[in-house]
Amino acid sequence: MTSLPASTDKKLGLVIDLDTCVGCHACVTACKGWNTQNYGAPLSDIDPYGAAEGTFLNRIHAFQVEPDQGLAQTIHFPKSCLHCDDAPCVTVCPTGASYKRVEDGIVLVNEDACMGCGLCAWACPYGAREIDQAAGVMKKCTLCVDRIYNENLPEEDREPACVRTCPAGARHFGDLADPESAVSRLVATRDGVDLMPEQGTRPVNKYLPPRVKDSLQAPEMEGAEDILAPFLAPVAEEPKGFLKWLDTALEKL
Amino acid sequence: MTQPEIDLHPRPGDAIRKTTCYMCACRCGIDVHVKNGKVAYIEGNRDHPVNQGVLCAKGSAGIMQHNAPSRLRAPMKRVGPRGSGEFEEISWDEAYDIAASWLTPIRETDPSKLAFFTGRDQSQSFTSWWAQAFGTPNYAAHGGFCSVNMAAGGIYTMGGAFWEFGQPDWDRTKLFILFGVAEDHDSNPIKMGIGKIKANGARVVGVNPIRSGYNAVADDWFGITPGTDGLLILSLVHCLMKAGKIDLEYLRDFTDAPVLIDAREGPGQGLPLKDDDGHALVWCRREQRPRCFDAEDVDPDLNGAWLDGDVTHRTVFHAMAQKYLDPAYAPETVAEATGIPAPRIRALAAEIARVAFDEEIVLDREWTDFRGRKHTTMKGRPVSFHAMRGISAHANGFQTCRALHMLQILIGSVETPGGFRFKPPYPKPATAHPKPHCKVTPGAPLDGPHLGFVHGPEDLALKDDGSPARIDKAFTWENPMSAHGMMHMVISNAHAGDPYKIDTLFLYMANMAWNSSMNTSGTMKMLSDKDANGDYVIPHIIYSDAYSSEMVAYADLILPDTTYLERHDCISLLDRPICEAEAAADAIRWPVVEPDRDVRGFQTALIQLGAKLGLPGFVKDDGSAKFTDYADYMVSHERRPGVGPLMGWRGNGDETGRGAPNPNQLDRYIENGGFAISHIPDEAQFYKPWNMGYQNWAVGLGLYDKPAPYIFTLWSEPLRKFQIAAEGHGPRQPPDHLRDRIKATFDPLPIWWDATETHGQGGYDITALTQRPMAMYHSWGTQNAWLRQIHGENPLYLPTEIWTEHLFEEGDWAQVTSPHGEITVPVAHMPALNANTVWTWNAIGKRKGAWALQDDAPEVTKGFLLNHLIHELLPPKGDGLRWSNSDPITGQAAWFDLKVKIRKTAAPADGTTKPDLGHQTSPVGHGPAVLKWEVT
Amino acid sequence: MHPAPSVILFSTLSGAGFGLLVFLGLGLPAPTSWVAFTFFAIAYTFAAGGLLAATFHLQNPKNAWKSYREWRSSWLSREAWAAVAALLVMAFYAAPLVLAGTRVAPLGWLGALLSLATVFTTSMIYAQLKTVPRWNQPATPALFLSASLAGGALLSGNVGAATALIALLGAITLFHWWKGDRRFGEAGSTAETATRLRGKVSLWERPHTGENYLTREMVFVIARKHAVKLRIIAFALMVALPLVLLLALPVKHMVAAIAVLSHLVGVGVQRWLFFAEAEHVVGLYYGAHRANIAA
Ligand SMILES: Nc1nc2c(c(=O)[nH]1)N[C@H]1C(S)=C(S)[C@@H](COP(=O)(O)OP(=O)(O)OC[C@H]3O[C@@H](n4cnc5c(=O)[nH]c(N)nc54)[C@H](O)[C@@H]3O)O[C@H]1N2
Ligand SMILES: Nc1nc2c(c(=O)[nH]1)N[C@H]1C(S)=C(S)[C@@H](COP(=O)(O)OP(=O)(O)OC[C@H]3O[C@@H](n4cnc5c(=O)[nH]c(N)nc54)[C@H](O)[C@@H]3O)O[C@H]1N2
Ligand code: SF4
Ligand code: SF4
Ligand code: SF4
Ligand code: SF4
Ligand code: SF4
Ligand SMILES: [Mo]
Repeated sequence: MTSLPASTDKKLGLVIDLDTCVGCHACVTACKGWNTQNYGAPLSDIDPYGAAEGTFLNRIHAFQVEPDQGLAQTIHFPKSCLHCDDAPCVTVCPTGASYKRVEDGIVLVNEDACMGCGLCAWACPYGAREIDQAAGVMKKCTLCVDRIYNENLPEEDREPACVRTCPAGARHFGDLADPESAVSRLVATRDGVDLMPEQGTRPVNKYLPPRVKDSLQAPEMEGAEDILAPFLAPVAEEPKGFLKWLDTALEKL
Repeated sequence: MTQPEIDLHPRPGDAIRKTTCYMCACRCGIDVHVKNGKVAYIEGNRDHPVNQGVLCAKGSAGIMQHNAPSRLRAPMKRVGPRGSGEFEEISWDEAYDIAASWLTPIRETDPSKLAFFTGRDQSQSFTSWWAQAFGTPNYAAHGGFCSVNMAAGGIYTMGGAFWEFGQPDWDRTKLFILFGVAEDHDSNPIKMGIGKIKANGARVVGVNPIRSGYNAVADDWFGITPGTDGLLILSLVHCLMKAGKIDLEYLRDFTDAPVLIDAREGPGQGLPLKDDDGHALVWCRREQRPRCFDAEDVDPDLNGAWLDGDVTHRTVFHAMAQKYLDPAYAPETVAEATGIPAPRIRALAAEIARVAFDEEIVLDREWTDFRGRKHTTMKGRPVSFHAMRGISAHANGFQTCRALHMLQILIGSVETPGGFRFKPPYPKPATAHPKPHCKVTPGAPLDGPHLGFVHGPEDLALKDDGSPARIDKAFTWENPMSAHGMMHMVISNAHAGDPYKIDTLFLYMANMAWNSSMNTSGTMKMLSDKDANGDYVIPHIIYSDAYSSEMVAYADLILPDTTYLERHDCISLLDRPICEAEAAADAIRWPVVEPDRDVRGFQTALIQLGAKLGLPGFVKDDGSAKFTDYADYMVSHERRPGVGPLMGWRGNGDETGRGAPNPNQLDRYIENGGFAISHIPDEAQFYKPWNMGYQNWAVGLGLYDKPAPYIFTLWSEPLRKFQIAAEGHGPRQPPDHLRDRIKATFDPLPIWWDATETHGQGGYDITALTQRPMAMYHSWGTQNAWLRQIHGENPLYLPTEIWTEHLFEEGDWAQVTSPHGEITVPVAHMPALNANTVWTWNAIGKRKGAWALQDDAPEVTKGFLLNHLIHELLPPKGDGLRWSNSDPITGQAAWFDLKVKIRKTAAPADGTTKPDLGHQTSPVGHGPAVLKWEVT
Repeated sequence: MHPAPSVILFSTLSGAGFGLLVFLGLGLPAPTSWVAFTFFAIAYTFAAGGLLAATFHLQNPKNAWKSYREWRSSWLSREAWAAVAALLVMAFYAAPLVLAGTRVAPLGWLGALLSLATVFTTSMIYAQLKTVPRWNQPATPALFLSASLAGGALLSGNVGAATALIALLGAITLFHWWKGDRRFGEAGSTAETATRLRGKVSLWERPHTGENYLTREMVFVIARKHAVKLRIIAFALMVALPLVLLLALPVKHMVAAIAVLSHLVGVGVQRWLFFAEAEHVVGLYYGAHRANIAA
């Protein structure tokens, strides 16, 4: 199993919009809830009411960006498994527990075979794998493989728990092998990117970069008024003149 | 090679029960998947009007709230000293006996000796009704310290507010400007809305000293200096007026801008002129005479002037032009104070003008206004605003909120397509709300509802001798328009016996011994202070909580609540429903699982206690209990004939809004997913205050009994009335020391002043703020094993300027002082922050032993509260008086006026934040060492 | 990376153990009977004990036997095969030596090769990881092999070889450190490539305020000044002291024992550093490694 399939029929994955993610962590707890109850061992928490350290398959980081010019920014940054095409986590696995599904490209861990060596987590550049401290097996995002085909769920709910819950609509799920899919089109129009391309993992999940910010009176926030100035051309400088203008304007109404 | 077989079709549970979430006031619909009677998974209800299937982090983690080890197990009576946390579990009967032994005597002699205040209460129409029946004037929920400025500013100005009472037209808006919001009550809808408008290509602008969350995704960020929004807004008003980019038609037809102001010297000066029936007068342009504003064929003149003898009465709009065209509001003048460069202010004003007038939208929908005129279209200015505590939790917040509403109104974007829209029961102007009532009669109910809107000195809650009638001094000269009461003053006033002493403090769902008080350590002392006889200064404290909070340790009697999944609740049109701009909606909670311990829903407990005390309304004529429990009340109680707590399925089940009680009502709610919805007809969806289609629909639903159209009031008559009193007119006069303040701040038009002057003396020149983390609900997220891993500690964030000035490095600590106190806390660097502002997440720090946490929990060692630095009184000014740290108009607690100094310091030897407020015993033990919560 | 004691113990001991097996396999020396037994006992204790220690690192050891499956792609699986093969072959080589005093030389050569292969596969587990640039360099197998052989030479009493190999190990170690300090920069992963955000990127908030598996396992950060100190200690104990002892003093049992002990402790410290100094790229998502990118 540990060898990667030469190709997969589909490339199911997530497209995450960094322009709209507000960093609410809803996808984090929805994921925890679903995966504690489903696929494999429950996601445990050690010393949950003390120092607390638990397994999560999806975590939201937050970065600050200081552009060369302009105001500093904050970007909320969700991260789960990217279901890489060239997944190093799969090839390093000695037991065959880690594998990439031929039909849809989802990277999974077969908990019955995993010996908890942690090597796959070392091989993943993105921190997408965590050994569950209570169960001793490797955990990772399953792309909710037990939801997306689940015939016991209504059709509309056959999407990952994190996508279903995201209030801002920042998470999109679909087939990135199909150039016509909604997710592929989003990637195309919004110039979606791979994380750490230099690692050569060829992630399926894509990130949509934040749009240009602070463009009202950009970039240096000083100097001449910009193209919006005509919208503020004064009708009068003094209250008196203003009231005169008012009279004329009211005439026209 | 074969892939392993996996179960692609697991069932999340054996049943789905649909109810309402409770981790915040957003009240989303949830699908609770239940397995063998246990909660297995919670997700959003897709059919629900509020959240349409999504849930926030707290909602999805509800299961951990439900199984939290901090849950109380049974009623308890205190056995150790207050604050120790030592309790003995007792029966409900004993609990009621104890409560009755305290309450019965005071009801017979002086009901005002009971102060009943509720915090995060979602049943205020019921709890206030109980308090009214008891007869005490001392009831309020937490609105006074939360956001009364926002609510009152909106309701007094336009008959509705942001908060959760209105929303942007998310489908049509093209420019959305957000002032001072981190999360708000309308939590999921705002996120959904932002996602939606971004997908539509609209621009999102965030005005906030801190760039995180919504402000992080904002296309443009205005990192304003805290407390100066009023100035920025008035500068935008200045620019727009000067450029004539205002909606004259809208101002003329739907606002008081053309109303004439009395120019005659004397007690009426500055009040709107009215006819004998009390209708405001406008100058009719066509007939060139003053006429009633709502006359069918009136043509109000915004620039009208009535030469009346030797005076000229001019319009509100005239006064606005005089005021706001002044260079004092020019961008160049306000740039320094607001921290926003003048070109950016102009650019924002220009963008508002461009979108409002160049991108006007027109819907082809016919409607008829209150003057009887037919319109064929609905014109919209697709600029929308939303604001919350960032502008309201300052002492100048009421006027700032009014300024913002004035800006919205000037460009004609309230209740028009693409702008801001009310949700039923709003629009509802201040004049349609009750006035405060405070007449106490021993052994009898209060003379009316406690809270409401005052319209002048005559409505204040004062006793005959002029002293405050209420323990919190709401509706007094110190803060006349305190529409939500002043919960933050209750404990200190009760402790001081000022205005009088009380016997029993009864609190529900408010962590007053911790994060919901200012001056937390002082409050803890007051709660446990004893008099010369060794008795507690506040003799009895009853508290209802569901969890082992800090406040629990300070109560004498604990009434343990169920969790939200185990009780009935009603989210009612009588108080804060879940309506949308296009529909009225209400909802219920119902026991989707049974409690496994001796706890009762608090409302049911109140009903049982009410019956035991024999309160009117709670007993039948024969003295037996009128309601079996809260569910019974929800169904059978009627406020007015045919109008009860729930609107759906009344009568035989086919009536909405009005109709006789229907015993099967709750079943119908449950079948429908826990909510009822009634859509507003298309032609009634905009222009609601003036739209007869809406007015008639609202009457049909029972929101009011006859159509009540009104115009927006840019010129506030109540404010002016208090000003007139302060000028020496009228029978009810303010104390002399308050005259100047009232004259200065109760301007009938929105103004701005620097509210932090007193705080800032002595070099305290950095503003310290808090923000709500999206994944935490105040203190109560901490008991949630999942959420507390996300926010288990909170550094103080410093902007680059302060970070580099003090040579801070990662891992450093700081000592932060205010005129009132000192804390020692970890710091962290944040570049996207106003240069003069520091901040931290709200309510993460915890007292040792609370919430069933281990003593080494990061909340205890690394977390902290800013509240220790905030006092309910201002630092002394040197005039011998102590002024309250709140808005002089509404009494809103000014949490965000806090000013501090910062000094780098060594990390404390024990690695623990300071101050350390000691340990409380956990009455419920501690949590397990490992959690593997799989329900099988 | 988190320096897990079990892994450090494993790689130190098993390295030396397999190194000893290499020399024994080559017949340097070729003892018999009780002496042979003692030598092989030491080698097996080190090699197999190390392997056993490694299983402590497994969180679900009951599935350890499955690690033989994926030898086609997994270096860890190959290591398992190589180790078993080496130990088995060497057992067949040792048995006649101990019991009959007979040396089947080809078996020894094969065993030596397999022992070397085991050490090589171990090293490749680390060297293959692009995520840990400090490890991801050709010097990593050289480091493991030279350490193993130096240890083996010392244990087997090949003073000349030991001297040369220890010197070689010293050189490779210095190179590995020098190169390692540059590897993160060379690999080119930065907070900017990790996030693909434009501008200077730094962490604002971790996803969770507490620790998690990743932060403990992968985002271990050791202070620079400690690292320098430990490098000096490691080099002194692993290389300098044994060399001084071997070259300056007549080789007696006592001296040899001190040299071996010093060397092994030194290798242990070096291994501790090998982990502690290794920067995993995932640290970029946790605000770590700024200094390394700059270097
Ligand atoms: N520094 C600073 N302080 C602030 C603010 C700020 O911005 N900065 N904000 C202020 C504002 S706006 C507010 S509203 C307050 C909020 O402060 P609080 O109203 O005190 O909010 P919580 O901490 O959530 O406390 C509510 C209590 O209700 C209990 N509870 C939870 N669920 C249930 C239940 O089902 N039944 C019962 N009976 N009890 C339950 C919880 O255990 C908790 O003890 O904080 C104020 N404090
Ligand atoms: N997740 C979650 N949701 C909640 C709550 C919770 O505890 N957790 N609490 C609920 C309650 S009780 C309330 S009252 C609401 C409050 O909802 P919000 O009003 O969003 O409350 P805060 O977090 O206090 O946010 C205040 C915001 O105002 C900004 N601010 C402070 N001063 C100024 C200023 O002078 N000008 C401007 N422009 N901005 C300023 C702060 O930076 C912060 O972003 O949230 C409700 N919703
Ligand atoms: S993100 Fe990590 S765990 Fe997921 S497939 Fe890629 S390398 Fe493997
Ligand atoms: S931890 Fe499990 S899945 Fe990962 S490499 Fe080891 S055996 Fe394979
Ligand atoms: S796809 Fe499923 S498993 Fe993966 S992050 Fe989302 S919720 Fe978690
Ligand atoms: S739920 Fe959506 S908006 Fe919230 S953190 Fe996750 S991706 Fe971001
Ligand atoms: S916003 Fe979150 S906590 Fe509030 S009601 Fe909705 S799901 Fe529950
Ligand atoms: Mo609040």
